[in-house]
Amino acid sequence: MQNLSDQKIQDLAIHANDIRVSIVEMLLAAKSGHTAGPLGMADIFTLLYFHTMKHDPKRPDWADRDRLVLSNGHICPVLYATMAHRGYMPVKELLTLRQFGSRLQGHPHREFMPWVENSSGPLGSGLSQAVGMALADRIDNGVNSDKTIYALLSDGEHDEGNTWEAVLLAGKEKLRNLIAIVDRNNIQIDGYTESVMPLGDLALKYENFGWHTQEIDGHNFEEINNAINQAKAVFDKPSVIIARTIPGRGVAMFERDYRWHGYDPNGKSAVADYNEALKELRTLGGKIKSEHE
Amino acid sequence: MLNPTQKLNPKMFNADVEQLPTRNGFGEGLLQAGIDDERIVALCADLVESTKMNLFADKFPKRYIEIGVAEQNLATVASGMAAMGKIPFISSYAMFSPGRNWEQIRTTIAYNDRKVVIVGSHAGVSVGPDGGTHQAIEDIALMRVIPNMVVVSPCDSIEAKKATIALAVSKEPAYLRLAREKTPIITTPETPFELGKGNLVFIPEQGLAEVGIIATGPLVHKAIVVAREMEKVGRKVKVLNISTIKPLDAEAVTALAKEARCIITVEEHQVIGGLGSAVAECLAQSYPVPIEFIGVQNKFGQSGTPEELIEHYGMGVSHIKEAVEKVLKRKIK
Repeated sequence: MQNLSDQKIQDLAIHANDIRVSIVEMLLAAKSGHTAGPLGMADIFTLLYFHTMKHDPKRPDWADRDRLVLSNGHICPVLYATMAHRGYMPVKELLTLRQFGSRLQGHPHREFMPWVENSSGPLGSGLSQAVGMALADRIDNGVNSDKTIYALLSDGEHDEGNTWEAVLLAGKEKLRNLIAIVDRNNIQIDGYTESVMPLGDLALKYENFGWHTQEIDGHNFEEINNAINQAKAVFDKPSVIIARTIPGRGVAMFERDYRWHGYDPNGKSAVADYNEALKELRTLGGKIKSEHE
Repeated sequence: MLNPTQKLNPKMFNADVEQLPTRNGFGEGLLQAGIDDERIVALCADLVESTKMNLFADKFPKRYIEIGVAEQNLATVASGMAAMGKIPFISSYAMFSPGRNWEQIRTTIAYNDRKVVIVGSHAGVSVGPDGGTHQAIEDIALMRVIPNMVVVSPCDSIEAKKATIALAVSKEPAYLRLAREKTPIITTPETPFELGKGNLVFIPEQGLAEVGIIATGPLVHKAIVVAREMEKVGRKVKVLNISTIKPLDAEAVTALAKEARCIITVEEHQVIGGLGSAVAECLAQSYPVPIEFIGVQNKFGQSGTPEELIEHYGMGVSHIKEAVEKVLKRKIK
């Protein structure tokens, strides 16, 4: 995977902003759902879908595609929005999120949206599904497989024992075709992760379980790209990238506030807040003029 | 008499009848399935010999994954392997899988529509001396309630082998319930087996049945023993072996209810939520008749020999006989 040119970085930033606008529009239309996580992960999803991954929106069932397992299914607005902007579905369909009959279930369900790799929602089970995919890929293609299985996890779901069962197994099996990306945004529903259940030095913990570890700024495309390149160069271990992200990234009033994990910490003012958020995103934080002005 | 079309084991009433645990049949079936289809993979949570998965693991070490004592991982890793086109069988004791990892099975296997076969060995109180913590008597209920899940409970080792081979080529996720203890061989390799089909294993020599017994698992043998004793005193009994509890063979269950107009269900499981409940749900809609439920009556197990425990919890031959008398008194005229 090549280094990013300045032009590429600029393109990615525009895609990421479009995706953030869609996320806020979706949540506003749905009137429920999660805010902070999807916005915080928009840059990573953008890079994966617009640069890194081997995939084809026209052939979603292409057998040789890379796999992306979203473990914390509640941030699916970022998955749906990124897939739509990448051509998997019409962008306007995003506004059906969480509605009866929509393919965009509140948490992803393969029966409704067959080209998500897994149904998810209950936390702690995604990494082990990715481990299973990596094991199966190794059985079929050996240790030199050029397929990569990406597992996207939240930091909060490291409270779950199931996550650590998967960390153990991946280390034991030396799954070089597995890259886990942890959204280290330090928030979960009941508060900040370090007060709800301190996770401490996650990278050190993974290292002790036999993983190659990196810590990066999850909003810097070059850092994300370099980390993935480095992870792919590791031959004898699974890789984890601890991505420090700002929950609610892109909207000043959402950023870093754990109460925005869910939709609406302020009751009736939410619609106004979301409209304010859209304005901020559409102007790239005041850097450009809104198309509605 | 034993139903001649079923080609059952003629020696099943002998004192020295051959006995094998159903988990043995699973081990042989999985090996055969693995030879027939290289997509079959096996995963175990630190019980590979105990669940008889070792036959497969020894033959196909590259297609066997030792998960360690981690049943949640067992189910979810299997889901991931199924997503890549593998056909995973996962094994542990029923108390731990599906006992401990129910939500993972629901979400990542059934809801996710990934074909995985969950093999729960050591089901029932007949686990014996290990005691109540290791005696799964809620597992049929746990698995039966999940949409898109097939539930199979073979009556002997030979049927377990056939069920394993059938589940290797069927489409839906499935639960295969096995026992630890040796139990009498009821069937033969020639006995017909089809997923979703009940088999009448005992029928009157002539005329209609007065009582219908619907049984699952190794207790089918006790049901047949009761039917034979009843036959000697002139009672006409039919025994239906239900090895696939879900989807239930509603046609066979309803036909038996219409003929006998009273039913006894027999299972080594809580009477709440198991075979008896499945039969009652079916007959309440198709042809309601009085039912007596043989099974564990809302209690936990304990240590003892298998036979002591079967007796203590009311699942012995004498209990089934009592149920026959009881249900005859309630029979629809």
